[in-house]
Amino acid sequence: MKVLTCVKRVVDFNVKVRVKPDASGVETTNVKMSMNPFDEIAVEEAVRLKEKGVASEIVAVSCGPVACQETLRTALALGADRAVLVQADADLQPLAVAKLLAALVRKEAPQLVILGKQAIDDDANQTGQMIAALLDWPQATFASKLDIADGKATVKREVDGGLETVEVTLPAVVTTDLRLNEPRYATLPNIMKAKKKPLETLTPEGLGIDVAPRLKMLKVVEPAKRKGGGRVADVKELVAKLRTEAKVLP
Amino acid sequence: MSVLVLAEHDNASLKSATLHAVTAAQALGGDVELLVLGHAAQPAVNAAAAILGVAKVLAGDAPYLAQATAENVAATALQVIGARGYTHVVAPATSFGKNVAPRIAAKLDVAQISDITGIEAPDTFVRPIYAGNAFATVRSADPVKVITVRATAFDAAPTSGGSAAIETVAAAPEITAARVVGQELTRSERPELTSARIVVSGGRGMGSGENFKLLEALADKLNAAIGASRAAVDAGYVPNDYQVGQTGKIVAPDLYVAVGISGAIQHLAGMKDSKVIVAINKDAEAPIFQIADYGLVGDLFQILPELTAEL
Repeated sequence: MKVLTCVKRVVDFNVKVRVKPDASGVETTNVKMSMNPFDEIAVEEAVRLKEKGVASEIVAVSCGPVACQETLRTALALGADRAVLVQADADLQPLAVAKLLAALVRKEAPQLVILGKQAIDDDANQTGQMIAALLDWPQATFASKLDIADGKATVKREVDGGLETVEVTLPAVVTTDLRLNEPRYATLPNIMKAKKKPLETLTPEGLGIDVAPRLKMLKVVEPAKRKGGGRVADVKELVAKLRTEAKVLP
Repeated sequence: MSVLVLAEHDNASLKSATLHAVTAAQALGGDVELLVLGHAAQPAVNAAAAILGVAKVLAGDAPYLAQATAENVAATALQVIGARGYTHVVAPATSFGKNVAPRIAAKLDVAQISDITGIEAPDTFVRPIYAGNAFATVRSADPVKVITVRATAFDAAPTSGGSAAIETVAAAPEITAARVVGQELTRSERPELTSARIVVSGGRGMGSGENFKLLEALADKLNAAIGASRAAVDAGYVPNDYQVGQTGKIVAPDLYVAVGISGAIQHLAGMKDSKVIVAINKDAEAPIFQIADYGLVGDLFQILPELTAEL
């Protein structure tokens, strides 16, 4: 079974982002970039499927500028077999990315597409669902457990009320949530091997997809600052202040 | 302008997030219609019709809609949208709305604007990015705007005073490629985490699931909901639906008490809109103290019982 795993290059989750003074966006030059943590979980799950003998080939794909090759090499070092970069320098929004990935799916014919539930930069949580809709495939989002057998995926999903288990027939799209697995670290030997694994570059034009953005970003601003830093000495002072000053307790 | 709101419900009643989505829908201007898809869902349908400001309720019933999948909700919603035409399709930004809405957007070949916190015009919206460390104002030129709404950013619409017309809509043919085969839902007498006035939340510092009993005693006194940080859920202290944060629940109660929570960026994303924040932690350097209105440095195992007794 071929598995397609999609990874996004994003600002590292530890970075405290700064908004540009001209409100045109968030400062990303000279800022540490990494694979989206949810996509790391997706790659890890694909590799585990291969180790179990369920997946035969893992193809990692990323859409974006040439620098995404780093992210793909990481996926290869984690265990993907080959990589595809869909190279585009312009702003790629979820609908465009979903169309590119759907086009790639038609080329590659995987039985499973697995990717993170959301990217920690735009927090959109759309791409996986959109790929499924464009292909008329079923979807299993926010996965915390994945089992594949007899042409079906049984997925435990984290939902607002607790957990829900869905069964989807393959081919299907699965988006990963935090507790699906704990990703491995790429070992140095695997990082070296990854340099020799195939990495192919495609373009939106080559796939016949119009990726023009639909949403125009008018401005990006910081949230209202919270004062914070208040201290109380003991429980009695805390309760007194909550009652008389903050007035949140009767 | 005409707005279709996807109602989230459990057939017996509407989920509160739906009421907040309705308020956002009303701010767009034009008629607001509510789509209630389920099975034997008359109570939810009636509740929808009683919401003040809803013009019409469209009710679709089918046995397979009792535990609806995204595929089936989207299929019927698209049928309705195709037949009636809307300028906006609105869903609450809950696990339900997040699961369904992008399918609808992609099929309509339009962008989705996720988790909006503000509406500046019928085509211009404000939404958080980078875990709420920045807010983007975006404009959509698409003929239909598909939007999910952050419930804490809009008031709940009044649940009485409305008398919407109720119309039946046909359910689309069942899609069998996806089925719900099980559920493990938390049953609790406590207020719902996302709409509670007071939330007490535990982190890694709690040390064990057993120790959450100390938080429960406090929550009982305050009639509060109980939340948790990612660390506490990962460690198995509490189930996943307690998680507050960037990828968990977003809450904005009057009072948020963070106990044994260090205050990582991703957790703050879920609670920094709380009116008053209290932090209890033995580490005076914990980042949570930077946003807390009242910080108490000390041992939570001593402070919690003392606080519970004091109330």
